[in-house]
Amino acid sequence: MTVTEDPATTAPSAPEKEIGQARRRKEDAHLITGETTWTDNMVLPGMLHMALVRSPVAHARITAIDVSAAREAPGVVAVLTGQDVAEEQGSIPSAWQVTPDMVNPGHPSLAVDQVNHVGEAVALIVARSRAAATDAIELVDVDYDTLPPVLDVEEAAKEGADLVHSHLSSNTSYHFVFDAGEAGTGSDTEQAFADADVVVSRRFVNQRLIPAFMEPRSVVVQPVGDSFTMWSATQIPHILRVMAAMVTGIPEHKLRVIAPDVGGGFGGKLQVNPEEILALLVARRLGKPVKWTETRSESLMAAHHGRDQVQYIDIAADREGNVKGLRVRLLADMGAYLRLITAGTPALGAFMFPGIYKFPAYRFELDGVFTTKTPTDAYRGAGRPEATFAIERIMDELAVELGMDPLELRRKNWIDAEEFPFTTVAGLEYDSGDYDTATRRALELIGYDELREEQRRRRESGDPVQLGIGFSTFTEMCGIAPSRVLGSLSFGSGGWEHATIRMLPTGKVEVVTGSTPHGQGHETAWSQLVADRLGVPFEDIEVLHGDTAIASRGLDTYGSRSLVVGGAAVVRAADKVIAKARKVAAHLLEASEDDLEFDGGRFSVRGTPGTGMAIQEIALAVFTAHNYPEDIEPTIDADAAFDPVNFSFPHGTHICAMEVDTETGFVKIRKYACVDDVGTIVNPLIVEGQIHGGLAQGIAQALYEEAVYDADGNLTTGTFVDYLVPSAADLPHFDTDNTVHVAPGNPIGAKGVGEAGCIASTPAVVNAALDAVRHLGVRDIRMPLTPERVWRAVHEGGDGGDRATAKTNAQGAESAQAPSTGTSSTGGAL
Amino acid sequence: MIPAPFEYVRPTTVEEAVQAVAEGGDDVKIMAGGQSLIPVMRLRLAAPETIVDLGRVAEMRGVREDGDALVIGAMTTHAEVIADPLIAQHARLIAEATETVADRQTRRRGTFGGALAHADPAGDLPSVALALDAEMVVAGPEGRRTVPAREFFVDYLTTALDEGEVLVEIRVPKLAGDWGVRYEKFNRVAQAWSIVAVAAAVRRENGHIAEARIGLTNMGPVPLRAPATEAALAGASASPDAVAAAARSAAEGTSPSSDLNAQADYRQHLAQVLTRRAVATAAGL
Repeated sequence: MTVTEDPATTAPSAPEKEIGQARRRKEDAHLITGETTWTDNMVLPGMLHMALVRSPVAHARITAIDVSAAREAPGVVAVLTGQDVAEEQGSIPSAWQVTPDMVNPGHPSLAVDQVNHVGEAVALIVARSRAAATDAIELVDVDYDTLPPVLDVEEAAKEGADLVHSHLSSNTSYHFVFDAGEAGTGSDTEQAFADADVVVSRRFVNQRLIPAFMEPRSVVVQPVGDSFTMWSATQIPHILRVMAAMVTGIPEHKLRVIAPDVGGGFGGKLQVNPEEILALLVARRLGKPVKWTETRSESLMAAHHGRDQVQYIDIAADREGNVKGLRVRLLADMGAYLRLITAGTPALGAFMFPGIYKFPAYRFELDGVFTTKTPTDAYRGAGRPEATFAIERIMDELAVELGMDPLELRRKNWIDAEEFPFTTVAGLEYDSGDYDTATRRALELIGYDELREEQRRRRESGDPVQLGIGFSTFTEMCGIAPSRVLGSLSFGSGGWEHATIRMLPTGKVEVVTGSTPHGQGHETAWSQLVADRLGVPFEDIEVLHGDTAIASRGLDTYGSRSLVVGGAAVVRAADKVIAKARKVAAHLLEASEDDLEFDGGRFSVRGTPGTGMAIQEIALAVFTAHNYPEDIEPTIDADAAFDPVNFSFPHGTHICAMEVDTETGFVKIRKYACVDDVGTIVNPLIVEGQIHGGLAQGIAQALYEEAVYDADGNLTTGTFVDYLVPSAADLPHFDTDNTVHVAPGNPIGAKGVGEAGCIASTPAVVNAALDAVRHLGVRDIRMPLTPERVWRAVHEGGDGGDRATAKTNAQGAESAQAPSTGTSSTGGAL
Repeated sequence: MIPAPFEYVRPTTVEEAVQAVAEGGDDVKIMAGGQSLIPVMRLRLAAPETIVDLGRVAEMRGVREDGDALVIGAMTTHAEVIADPLIAQHARLIAEATETVADRQTRRRGTFGGALAHADPAGDLPSVALALDAEMVVAGPEGRRTVPAREFFVDYLTTALDEGEVLVEIRVPKLAGDWGVRYEKFNRVAQAWSIVAVAAAVRRENGHIAEARIGLTNMGPVPLRAPATEAALAGASASPDAVAAAARSAAEGTSPSSDLNAQADYRQHLAQVLTRRAVATAAGL
């Protein structure tokens, strides 16, 4: 793929289409050099600094807090405890009522009388310097009356388990069911299993992960009269404004939220953070600006985590390999509290477990369960990686059971290209695609036949280094979301996006987007969209975002929605600009609107060469407003909101070739090839960058990352020494390509790419490792595939065992003890 | 991530350094690059009263020859070690191991002597120093003394350095004869600490292994040699079978810890595999 811009290829006469150009990103110069406003760079006159005292114990009643020494410390202005703010702090909002009877215990920003996870804030210190605030943390004396930690989700879900929240009757927040038979989108699942020749059942663990964004969370609040301005390193300034207003009682119109440049999020900044609420409360109480920036240790411990679910998957098929039914039971570890979409994240996966396959029957059950750990919430993919992992792993297990080639089994069951649009057993209408073409291209890219031959040779010679090949033929849902669909799922918000285009008198263009970037490249991609649509130069376009006073309406960035929904709104707004300009052009050119054509940024009268006006000239004409039609307002600016009617469904085939050193258990990716269909590609460089980053994170789940707690509920992977985030040195070259099937649901035809690599890659990597050692008797290895786990699985059997103390990490229990959330008929050909 | 308050002293000579340590109060820490010390201070796991920063002691930096030995200043950075021609010629094992230490930024600031004096069991350089029979030259209020590597590493993060003493330089005997070396490091990601590593230096003579020295990283609270394997290799034929047989005793007498990356039994297994590989490579097999 070309990654450089070659000026020689740009002919000066015919302006090339911007869409499809591998433009280097406009925003990178300031993002990479740091010559920009990160929230922590903000310095305001008289600004105070907040630091938090955090619980060192997982579960305890707070019996006393002595803050007197901290109050006396040099530079300290105020010390507040949960009791001090109990009346005004409200509860961190949960935006998704997954079931009508979902139990939400409430989430105080500062613990009042009980702490429920290590790292929960119990007091705050405000001081004149960050150092003074930090020094005073050690002076706060908290008495804890400890309670038993609740750490293993399978234990926590049982009757009679120790309770996280003693005022609740169980640790289960909700029980969510989707049954295709009942929904009318499939046949009866139990019958399908009863009639099946073959049933394969597995328990998979999607371990707890930490988003590990590069820029730590940071917030600054400035009181101005009775109003407040909040700068925050957030993905969601618009949602944060609404929610913070509701939580604190500050009227929404008195609160402005600004997300300046934000250094990554991966879902980790899709949150209304306790610290943001506390900074607002402090600024209101003291009438002074206040800043809080977390340390990396705080970030790993107290910012929300991701994934963490135990999956019981049953698949039914006939002997020929036609799938007949899928049954999914999940235990999702919510951690101690429900944050913004803690509850909804695993539920979002409910519709994706069938993947690309034509299951006639499907049942999904999910329990959201509290433990005394950091709350989980959205993390890159949010629900879809978990679903993709389960289906792509169980398809391999079924293939082994049937003695079939894993790809042949997939082919036999996937939706064929001519069947689109296709309504799945989960009720989703997949928009477009061609799984076979993507797969054939991926096989070619990786050199499949040679690798299989090498695998055979290594097996025959008993080479200590074995080779395996793993597939993931995935799809996912992007473009969150059709607002009506969200409404039907009881989500607390819509899914539209908003844009404004302002045509400046000098011919320059401002594009205001409600889709707030945190590193994705919106400024570049939006400029390309508008340059093509309006025929103005790429360089003449400025994209404004992230300030609720400038981009007054928006729903921000998550779920690979920006281009598909936000970009579509930009295109709609551009079309409105053209429509308005057309009236002015007709007036000035003394022609009928119908006789005007608009091309390359110019209106001209059909059949009259040499006539015409550029859209920039029209912008100036309506600015001076000396001469414009009687029946219009003197502006061609326009805004638009776009609400999709359906999701979009990127898909692709990922193939991983893995070397496993059976002597040490070390796994090394030999080759990785993927062909992704993300619909229309606006900027191939950005698409490839998103794929690469997604692959890195998905591979990291398979091989490196895991948040581990000890038996007392302490996060033992509390620094990057123990929580292993891979670098470029640890990752292979990626062979990437695309097929393009235009998404019919938006005017761009794009499907979304932000999460695809992360969703697809994890099962391909695990399947590859298993393929390398399956002939040695290995059936499963738990993620991450540490060398020790791989070595133990090869030499001792089992799935590699625990890294953490037994029964602390949703991974200590054995399959036999798995609680049954539905029917107990999981039999069949295990 | 803000350290507790501390006093800071930056001497320019060894004598000044020794004096600064003596005058620094009850809890003095010597900073020799700060790549381990600063993180623990920022996490407030350490809160020394005084920091004596050796960064300006020019005489502690650089590599020179002294007869049959190389003398490496304790404040020579990892990056300087990697690039040094004398080390490349006479102690290549040190350069090879140093290349695997942490990341580029750390190697620009971290120092050879700092790594040895810190004595982290997962650190790469102590086992190399041990394998090469290095000697530590230490300065204190009573003058200078020399401590062999075998006596220098006492326990977990503990060396033979007495209170008030500063590690000044490290004397490494030049390897004479036909030596091959290999540092075989095993970790999960490139910049991580060693789970286990093996430093091997092998002298070949007439198709045989005349002498082998093996240092084990992270196989106990201190770096270890593998005496049984060394004995088995002395005079053995330079063949894969002989090396494999000898390597099977590499973990004898070790007591590695168990942690997130490895249980003790797995570490002992790794020590055998990595010893076999390190010796085979060093012997040119």
